[in-house]
Amino acid sequence: MADIASTDAPAAGLSVREIDDGTERLHRILMIGIAVALVIAPFVTYPVFVMKVMCFALFALAFNLLLGFGGLLSFGQAAYFGMASYVCAYAAKFWGLSPELAILSGTAVATLIGLVFGALAIRRQGIYFAMITLALAQMAFFFSLQTPGFTGGEDGIQAVPRGRLFGLIDIADDRALYWLVAAIFMGGLLLIYRIIHSPFGQVCTAIRDNEPRAISLGYRTNRYKLVVFVLSAALAGLAGATKAIVFQLASLTDVHWSMSGEVVLMTLVGGLGTIFGPIAGALVIVSMQNFLASLGSWVLVVQGVIFVVCVLTFREGIVGIIAKWSKRPL
Amino acid sequence: MFEILGVPAQALFGQLLLGLINGSFYAILSLGLAVIFGLLNIINFSHGAQYMMGAFVAWMCLNYLGINYWAALLLAPLVVGATGIAIERLLLKRIAHFDHLYGLLLTFGLALIIQGVFRNQYGSSGLPYQIPPELRGGQNLGFMFLPYYRGWVVVASLAVCLATWFLIEKTKLGAYLRAATENPTLTQAFGINVPLLVTLTYGFGVALAGFAGVLAAPIYSVNPNMGADLIIVVFAVVVIGGMGSILGAIITGFSLGLIEGLTKVFYPEASATVIFIIMVLVLLVRPAGLFGRAA
Repeated sequence: MADIASTDAPAAGLSVREIDDGTERLHRILMIGIAVALVIAPFVTYPVFVMKVMCFALFALAFNLLLGFGGLLSFGQAAYFGMASYVCAYAAKFWGLSPELAILSGTAVATLIGLVFGALAIRRQGIYFAMITLALAQMAFFFSLQTPGFTGGEDGIQAVPRGRLFGLIDIADDRALYWLVAAIFMGGLLLIYRIIHSPFGQVCTAIRDNEPRAISLGYRTNRYKLVVFVLSAALAGLAGATKAIVFQLASLTDVHWSMSGEVVLMTLVGGLGTIFGPIAGALVIVSMQNFLASLGSWVLVVQGVIFVVCVLTFREGIVGIIAKWSKRPL
Repeated sequence: MFEILGVPAQALFGQLLLGLINGSFYAILSLGLAVIFGLLNIINFSHGAQYMMGAFVAWMCLNYLGINYWAALLLAPLVVGATGIAIERLLLKRIAHFDHLYGLLLTFGLALIIQGVFRNQYGSSGLPYQIPPELRGGQNLGFMFLPYYRGWVVVASLAVCLATWFLIEKTKLGAYLRAATENPTLTQAFGINVPLLVTLTYGFGVALAGFAGVLAAPIYSVNPNMGADLIIVVFAVVVIGGMGSILGAIITGFSLGLIEGLTKVFYPEASATVIFIIMVLVLLVRPAGLFGRAA
C-alpha cells in the first residue's frame, strides 16, 4: 500500500518522535481547547447538532487512524458504523439494556465484524483492498435489507429509548445526554492519539510508508494491519452506536455505501493523516448538510464537487494546510 | 412441462438467461475497469455512473431527437466516451503522478455528481425504454421461451467482449497499449504518444460502460441509480477474476452471472449476496484471484 498521507502532507503524521516537546505541548493545549469548546458549545448552539458532529468526528477519526496512519483505504466503514447502530438500537429497545451496555454491545459486534472483514481484506493490497472492503460492506447492507425482523427494513429501528445511564441517570433530555456523548468523544480522541503515538502506531506508520522494509525489519505487518483495522472498526462502531442513542434511530442509511463515502470525504476535507483534521472535516460536512438540507438530492452533487475539488487542489485538507503553514504536525 | 431438480424447466432456463445477461454486463464492465486500470492505474469508480449515462443518452436520443435504438447503440458509447476523454484530460491527468488512491476518490466524487444531476433532472423512479420493434417477441425453444431481445443482448455483449480481446491482444494498437501498460516510460522513448494512448484508453473503457448501458436500457428501466449498486458487484467480480487477463475477466463475468441466476432459482434469498460470498471464498483459497498474478 502506497503512502497516501506522506506524499502530500509531509508535515503531518510523519516523524512524530523526533520533534521537540513544543509540539506535544501544543497538542495538549489543543486537546484542552477542544474540551473547553465542548463545555461551552451546548450553551451557544443546539446540543443535538454538536452531538451529531461529535459522532461523525469520532467516525472520521477512526477512519483516519486506518488510512492516515495505517495506509489502508477502507471503503466499507459504514458496515461497522451501521451494524453497531442496529445492534445498539435493538438491544436498547427490545432487550431493555441500559444505554452504556447497548453502546458496548454495538461496539463489540462492530469489532467482531471488523475482525472477520479485516482478516479477509488484508489478503490483498492497495486498490483491491478498497474494493474488497466495499464489497463486504455491501454484503452487510444486503443483510440489513433482508432481515427486517432485526433491522426493521426500510423503516429502521425507530423510537429507541435513551434509558437511564447505569440504570440511574436519566438521559432522555438532550442536555443530559450531551455530557455522555462528549465523554465518549473525548475518550475516543485521546485513545486514538495514544494509539498513534504508541510504538504500535509508529510501526503502523512505518508499514504505511514502506511495507517491504517493515517486513525485512522483522515485523509481521499483517498482524499490525489487522489490529489497526479492528481498532478502526471498533471505534467506528462506537460512533455508530452512540449515534443510535442520540437520534433514537438506526436505519439503512447508516449501512449504505454513501455513508462510507461521507466519512472518507470528512477525513479528506479535514486533512488526511493529521490528528485533528477529521474533527474539522466532520464539523464542515455536517454543517454543510444542515445548511443545504433544503436542496434535497443536490447535496450529493455538492459532496461530489467537494470530493473532486479536494483531490485536485486541496489534498492536505484544512488542518493539513494549517500544519504545513505552521510547520508543526497537528 | 418437465422439471429439473424440482424446478420447472421454464423458470430455470429463464433465470439462467437473465443470469447470462447480468453476466454479460459484469463482463463488459469489468473488462473496461481492467483496461483502464492496466494503463492508468486507477479504479474507475464512476464506471457505474457512466453505464447509467449510456442508458440515459439512448433514452434522450429516442425521446428528444427521435434517434432509434440502433443508432443510439453506436452514438451513446461515443458520447459517453467523449465525456470520458474530457474527464481524463481535464481531471485525471492532473493527479496521475499522485497516489493511485486519489484516482479512486476523484472518480467516486464524479460518480456522485453524475448520479446526483440525473436524479435531480429525472427523479429516481425510472423511465421506460421500449424494445426496438425488430427484436420484439420471442421463440419457444421447447424447453424455454427465448425473448429475441435477451438473446441479442448476450450475443452482442459476447461479440463486443471478443472484439475487445482481439483489439488488445492481436492488433498493433493493442500491442502499443500492452507495451505502455508494462513500461510507459520505455514505450514513450520508442516514439509512441503514451499520454494520447492513456486518454483514448480511458475513453474506450467508459465507452464500453456506455454500450452496456444502452443494452440494459430496454431490460431494466432507465434509472439514475442503475449503476450505483451494480458497480460494487463488478468490483467483487474484478476481485474474483483478477485484472491481469482480458479473457479471464470475460469468463469470470459470464460465469458469475450464471451462478447468480442459478441462486435466484434455488435459494433466492442469497441471490443478492452470492457474488460477495464467492469473493470471500476466493480470497480464502486463492487471494490473487482466479486469473490474477500474485502481487
